[in-house]
Amino acid sequence: MSNDEDVYQEHVLDHYEDPYHRGQCEHATHAHEERNPLCGDIIEIQAAIDPSGKLAELFFDGDGCCISQASASMLVERLDGKTIDEVKNFSARDMLDLFGARLTPNRQKCCLLSWRALQAAIHSPLVEGDESASSSQPSGPALNEES
Amino acid sequence: MSTAGPPATLDPYAIREDFPILSTVLHGDKPLVFLDNAASTQHPRQVIGALTEMYEKHYANVHRGIHWLSEQSTDLYEQTREKVRAFINAAMTEEIIFTPGTTASINTIARSWGDAHLTPGDEILLSVMEHHSNLVPWQQLAERQGAVLRHLPITDDGHLVLDQLDELLTERTKLVSLTSISNVLGTVNPIREITRRAHDAGALVLIDAAQHAPHLPLDVAELGCDFLAFSGHKMLGPSGVGVLYGRAEILDALPPFLGGGSMINSVQLDRFTPADLPAKFEAGTPPIAPAIALGAAIDYLNNLGLEAVHQHEVQLTRYAHDLLEGIAGVQILGPRAEEKAGIVTFVLEGIHAHDVAHLLDRQGVAVRAGHHCTQPLHDRLGVTATSRASFYLYNTLAEIDQLGDAILHAQHVFRRR
Repeated sequence: MSNDEDVYQEHVLDHYEDPYHRGQCEHATHAHEERNPLCGDIIEIQAAIDPSGKLAELFFDGDGCCISQASASMLVERLDGKTIDEVKNFSARDMLDLFGARLTPNRQKCCLLSWRALQAAIHSPLVEGDESASSSQPSGPALNEES
Repeated sequence: MSTAGPPATLDPYAIREDFPILSTVLHGDKPLVFLDNAASTQHPRQVIGALTEMYEKHYANVHRGIHWLSEQSTDLYEQTREKVRAFINAAMTEEIIFTPGTTASINTIARSWGDAHLTPGDEILLSVMEHHSNLVPWQQLAERQGAVLRHLPITDDGHLVLDQLDELLTERTKLVSLTSISNVLGTVNPIREITRRAHDAGALVLIDAAQHAPHLPLDVAELGCDFLAFSGHKMLGPSGVGVLYGRAEILDALPPFLGGGSMINSVQLDRFTPADLPAKFEAGTPPIAPAIALGAAIDYLNNLGLEAVHQHEVQLTRYAHDLLEGIAGVQILGPRAEEKAGIVTFVLEGIHAHDVAHLLDRQGVAVRAGHHCTQPLHDRLGVTATSRASFYLYNTLAEIDQLGDAILHAQHVFRRR
């Protein structure tokens, strides 16, 4: 029996074909790009973080498999407008749960690419020295990723 | 399998009886359709048996002891060197170096020949279709020695642009290092002509035969190349063993690369003298059992006849092209079926290669997805990732039908059909 539909569910394909906030963030203050060197998937996260620490705008762009791109769309939709603390508290496990479909360890990496990009982006101000919105500690409880 | 001489055509169903892994059923009820042979091939009982027999009856280190087992092991190891010599028609066994694989073979030349002979401004000519293993070692060498890399371009349909060869071969060109068959496009390059023209220009020639040795007869005497590299694991043998061929007069004059045991004649506290060929390039304990099992793989291929293997793959490739070209949304990269080896690399419109491989796998079909260690080639073709089906002597036309069905299924899942 095939369980293709478990991974490529309707809502996954919907995000893949009609993504939320795919493109450029007009007033971006923070950005970070992550790549998976094994498969070439790329996700860039751009965020406009206001002085109160809110992600006023959140966008992604990238290229890669359905899982990497659809999960980025889901993540951006979920955390757009949220605060930095809410982003930091959004764990890798939360990301996998948000995606929904069960994934093998290799495909979990595809799913977590945008999550890693976002967690790094909130520490990556575009203007040098603007550390107001972040601490120097990487955040987001990571999964113990296997390869 | 019959051993009554090489048959004119292969019977893949009889051959499959020799490969236990090919009867695998996965994901509940999907028979394994193994189409990832350009990455690594499967092993017949004869090769697995040779490994087992080696470990159960003959194993000891080679060239070391004078005890009985060591002599047995050494004899088998050296008999395999002779099998490899005959397999590629080299002049003498001293020209056959066992290495861990194609990558190690190429790196050996880059280090030994390259460091000894290249000076700033010297040029190495490669092509745009090279595997990273025939690109990165030369980049590293260029950085060490101040040499310059040049790259023969390709046409949109995956052929080398030979018109530019004379222009790219300059008086500074010291080496042309080229793949014989592209691991992505399947293009069979005119290596004999290129070798001749490179020699006319005063350059040495290294042939990356990783995708050639398993599939087509090789004759280094006729080819005239100076170095040639291939791997055991792409030709029914174990991983961990490969071959470096080099013309004796050239290898003889080169310094050793790796230092250690076996590669010396004598050692004092502050100096050593290197051993003669081939030991000079086989420092440390070699891949003894894998090399001997590679000998069994060569026996197996010789028994079938590489020309028959090739004809079988031609049939599979033409069938695959006809089938895939008939599916809307499939684009095959590289030359027409008549002009290439058993490698069919394709993209599906609107579906990323990793999703293709994932969905094909759910139907039991194993293909490779990604850049196949050829990022510059993919940049040239304007694609980030592709899917690759690659064939070998045990694949059947029915399996290609299953590939076609699995592609249709993937398109269905992605709502493209």
